[in-house]
Amino acid sequence: MKNGRLLQVEDLWLNRTGAEVLRGANLAVGAGEVHALLGLNGSGKTSLAMAVMGAAGYEPDRGTIRFNGKDVTRLSVTERARLGMTLAWQEPARFEGIPVADYLALGMAQPDRERIEQALSAVALSPSVYLGRPVDATLSGGERKRIELAAVYAMQPRLAILDEPDSGVDVLCLADILALVRRMADEGTSVLLITHRDEMAEVADRASLMCGGAVIETGTPAEVREYYARRCRPHGQQLGSQPWGAEAGGTYQRVVSEGACDE
Amino acid sequence: MSKRPSAPSVLAKKDPAWASDFEAMLQAYEQAGGKPELLKMERIGSAVVSGNHVLAVHETDGVTIETEEREHGIGARIVVAPGTKVAYPVHLCFGVIPAEGLQEIVPEFEIGEGAEVGFTAHCTFPNAQDVKHVMDAHIRVGAGATMRYSEGHYHGEQGGIDVLPTTRASVDDGGRLEIDFNLIHGRVGSLAIDFEVDVAARGVAEVVTKAYGWADDKVDVKETVRLNGEGARGLTRTRVAVRDRAVSSVYTTAEGNAPGAVGHMDCTEIVRGSAEARNVPVVVVRDDRARVTHEAAIGSVNRKELETLLARGLDEDEAVDIIIRGMLQ
Repeated sequence: MKNGRLLQVEDLWLNRTGAEVLRGANLAVGAGEVHALLGLNGSGKTSLAMAVMGAAGYEPDRGTIRFNGKDVTRLSVTERARLGMTLAWQEPARFEGIPVADYLALGMAQPDRERIEQALSAVALSPSVYLGRPVDATLSGGERKRIELAAVYAMQPRLAILDEPDSGVDVLCLADILALVRRMADEGTSVLLITHRDEMAEVADRASLMCGGAVIETGTPAEVREYYARRCRPHGQQLGSQPWGAEAGGTYQRVVSEGACDE
Repeated sequence: MSKRPSAPSVLAKKDPAWASDFEAMLQAYEQAGGKPELLKMERIGSAVVSGNHVLAVHETDGVTIETEEREHGIGARIVVAPGTKVAYPVHLCFGVIPAEGLQEIVPEFEIGEGAEVGFTAHCTFPNAQDVKHVMDAHIRVGAGATMRYSEGHYHGEQGGIDVLPTTRASVDDGGRLEIDFNLIHGRVGSLAIDFEVDVAARGVAEVVTKAYGWADDKVDVKETVRLNGEGARGLTRTRVAVRDRAVSSVYTTAEGNAPGAVGHMDCTEIVRGSAEARNVPVVVVRDDRARVTHEAAIGSVNRKELETLLARGLDEDEAVDIIIRGMLQ
């Protein structure tokens, strides 16, 4: 791991509306590291991201979240953000009446126009076209995702949690997103890159794999991708798109108890 | 009705009291978001009214502004000649500078056939402690004409003001009326909007109302759009935020009375603290080829919007204020 641990999640458990969505999750992200978190839909990736950020309804029942050595498990979202952590939502919110330029400036310690324009350019959006547009429903889903990434980049956090930044954007944009992730890391931001597309892990320094609310494998991206392709995908195809979640009606229990993953 | 000469600098030399009033209104106008220099530009039509005094009127080609000073306010008749395309919005500035007073503005707008004009009105009551501002407007938008009217208010921080704007409007065949009212700077005090418009065939009426009340402010909005002609269209868009003990009530009515008439009412109210918000949309359809819809959302700010801003390091009060002010932009 590069330069020591920036984020450390230990034995995190979370029950939401009667379902155990996190089951003793452990994860460590190093300073300046891009860490890909892979897993099928419903494996608990987003729940882990929300719990790490401290979102309402995601307060863990057990376990610890440490950020830069400090226990942040019970801190508010604002307190965590002010320590240098932020999250780009999988489906970003829309804001009536707030121009893109103002939106990007909100998270910046010292807003400056040049940085805002750089951030938009980094996600392949023309500043002259987008700076004055509102962050509202007039933007497409893909545009909104890119603006969210630009906002996180402009903020220059110590840790950026990017929840499926590749979903809902066109294929041509994927290279831009991967380049931006790398650029963020090169500029000192650690990135927790959440995705269910294992090819996205190419940009990572390390990777982890989630299944059934727990991190079951951590290693190099190549190792984890190989494990994912060999073990997880077949089960996903066999059991449906969300084989591990509560929606599967106990499938997770069956797979685990029958040792299907060990076959 | 008479006209006030439009050369402020000349009058200022002759009448120091007038000059003092005019400068006070310009300052208040700027406080309300206006640009005072526009009121002195030759190419921009304008009228400045303080209490019941008409301080300045400036007409441009095709735009006549007749005014009459009355005991508690003024009457005004603003006519845009048929076919006139007014390049720059006409600026209207109404206000009461003292802490107490009654101002009754009775304007009549006549927009000639095929004309196009915009109005930017600023109503400013920066020191209001016991001020009543009554507006009784009549608007007629001629066939194929377009009128855009944007009115912004600034009421100071005391909340001692009653604002009672009543408007009766009609839009002739193919005409278009866009009205935008906002009261988002300073306290609301007590606001009671009463707006009605009748829209003829292929005409359009868009009514946007925005207000932000706090402390014990009171916001009452009553808007009625009657789509009487074939293919008439109407939209009401209401955005109100209230906090503390403020109360808001929004009553909107849209009537689809003709074939192809399309109406929509869109209301969002945000409530914080012990405030109270109410929305009553009324849909009336009298023709089976008309369509009227409504949507309303009342409650706290959207959780995801809030958490997104929290994750940028804002505290909850800051984030809520940004979301509300964005909604009211």
